[in-house]
Amino acid sequence: MGVAKYIKDEKDRIQDVILQSGIHLKPLYTPADLKEIGFDYGKDLGDSGEYPFTRGIHKLGYRSREWTTRQYTGFGTPQETNQRFKLMISQGQTGLNVAFDLPTQMGYDSDDPMAEGEVGRVGMAVDSLRDFEIAFSDMALDKIGSGLTINAIASIILAMYQAVAEKYGFSKQEISATPQNDILKEIIGRGAWIFPLEPAVRLIGDVIEYSIKEMPRANPVSVCGFHIRQSGATPAQEIAYAILIANVYIDNVLERGYNIDEFVARFSFNLDIFGNLWEQVAKFRAARKLWARNIREKYGAKNDRSMFLRGIFGGGQGGLTKEQPENNIARSAYHALAAALSGAQTTALGSYDEAYTIPTPHSALISLRTLQILMDEVGLRDTVDPLAGSYFIETLTKQMEEKIVEEMVKIDKVGGMLDAISTGYIQKELVSQAYEYEKGIQSGELTKIGVNKYTGGEQGQVELHEYSDKSAIEQIKSLKELRRARNSKEVTRTLKALEKAAKDKVNVMPYLVDCCKAYATIGEMTNVFRDIFGEFVEPSIF
Amino acid sequence: MTTKRIRVLIAKPGLDGHDRGAKVLAYALRDAGMEVIYSGLHQTVPGIVKMAIEEDVDVIGLSIMSGAHIPISKKLMDLIRKEGLDRVTVVVGGVIPVKDIPVLKQIGVAGVFPGGTPFEDSIKFIKEDTSK
Repeated sequence: MGVAKYIKDEKDRIQDVILQSGIHLKPLYTPADLKEIGFDYGKDLGDSGEYPFTRGIHKLGYRSREWTTRQYTGFGTPQETNQRFKLMISQGQTGLNVAFDLPTQMGYDSDDPMAEGEVGRVGMAVDSLRDFEIAFSDMALDKIGSGLTINAIASIILAMYQAVAEKYGFSKQEISATPQNDILKEIIGRGAWIFPLEPAVRLIGDVIEYSIKEMPRANPVSVCGFHIRQSGATPAQEIAYAILIANVYIDNVLERGYNIDEFVARFSFNLDIFGNLWEQVAKFRAARKLWARNIREKYGAKNDRSMFLRGIFGGGQGGLTKEQPENNIARSAYHALAAALSGAQTTALGSYDEAYTIPTPHSALISLRTLQILMDEVGLRDTVDPLAGSYFIETLTKQMEEKIVEEMVKIDKVGGMLDAISTGYIQKELVSQAYEYEKGIQSGELTKIGVNKYTGGEQGQVELHEYSDKSAIEQIKSLKELRRARNSKEVTRTLKALEKAAKDKVNVMPYLVDCCKAYATIGEMTNVFRDIFGEFVEPSIF
Repeated sequence: MTTKRIRVLIAKPGLDGHDRGAKVLAYALRDAGMEVIYSGLHQTVPGIVKMAIEEDVDVIGLSIMSGAHIPISKKLMDLIRKEGLDRVTVVVGGVIPVKDIPVLKQIGVAGVFPGGTPFEDSIKFIKEDTSK
């Protein structure tokens, strides 16, 4: 709850440390601690690549493959974003992580009154397939994978990604896309929701089902503990809620008649790396173990791959400060160290100017270089799970496991994840913790260098990304041209077919691909859903 | 002597869904003795003004993280004036670059609380401005 607590005596000696997840740390750990927790190498850890995968999902870890670097990128028009993509790839970035502007995330066209002032601001503006054709031009879509950070309308964006790939000669079987496609965390924490719970989860299921059948290289859902943590969750709650949310999606797909081993290996996670270093490492190790157990014991999976918790461990923006912003370069490097010590498959960092706005090319490159330095210079590829066997880390991992399970039980007691969200139980829990955290920073209970300690000295000026409404004007102009140029009969026909599929509870994905290919706009497709499904109503949090 | 409790509408205009700051401030103002109404996400400016009239609030606090604070605040101030709500104190919080603060003040925003502003500063400002 609140901040991690450091209880000190009058001589500044630390008497007790209480992590955010509520675990007390001791000054010294010895073999007696391992004995006390009943540590059993085979049962608790196993070798890397072996159940329960505490030490990592791949036998050789980073020796066999470095992590994928995927800085979150996108702004302005598709042309501008395409140039930034190319810059990052030319500098050694190995995957894309596409940021969409808010109108796109919320299913509005750029000329919708709701979009005013927001077009191209926090991500790339997309209205139709035409924009994807520009954004992804000259990209080897069979080689480079794309994270698509979108949720409420992930179905539409994945359909559009297939349409653009096919247009450029790549088949849907060879492209690798990771739509975020996690609507429950939007409702809990990130706020980009549109539809009520039931149809919203159904659309998540449609994307997963379609990927099982048609897109063998897609990772159809990236379950995000990340935003839940950024909204105030403790590290233990972050994992507990992410696992329970993943289970909601699993249940939806199982109801469609699939076997767990047919699809769950394609789930991935997006988890946060900000906070106490040891707590993060223990969190990821415990998370891998609990996920593997969940999939094997609760769902009866047989294949090892189904039990892998893999994903992007990154971000850390919640730990960055506006004050003395260049210090964030150092902070992010430590966040990245936590990710590397935890065996992240993919990573990305908050850039030092992100407490202000979206990154400049300069700050984005510093983040990328930070990640590359860890892999190539410091020695993080040398050996797998280097902290294993530490009296401290193993004790903490076990305690973290218990805390995560405790949090999962609490949700079961209030009727399960869907009830906990629809009643606002989780939202209330997170905001009261965020409030305690903020009080802890403001009172100086938790030290933030440059914020409440060592605040003097040079403040440093940062050059910030400047938003220009020229991009918005250009985007709206090309949208209007598109509406004139396209075959409107084909648009109407495909939208009608989509409407029927949505009403008949048929998987909407193939119909969305047709709509995209006819250059139907994001707003038009979303409105078909809005008219049928309605909109989500937030529960009160007071 | 009993004083009337200050009524505050904390509102999230536009499409931005990052409401941690808005909710946290709502808790802090409530703990400071104010009556707080939270608009919920994705509100339009006319919707916010309507809510402010219906709830008869003294203060509207806009929380904006997306960078669109200037166009949104301008729209709100124009409508407030049109509706004759000039007595309402408007404050803006969120990700607000320092250079934009004078611009917002010029539009008519009374107080600007960028992320990290101590609760006590926001509380003091609201108490003083509403007792003018």
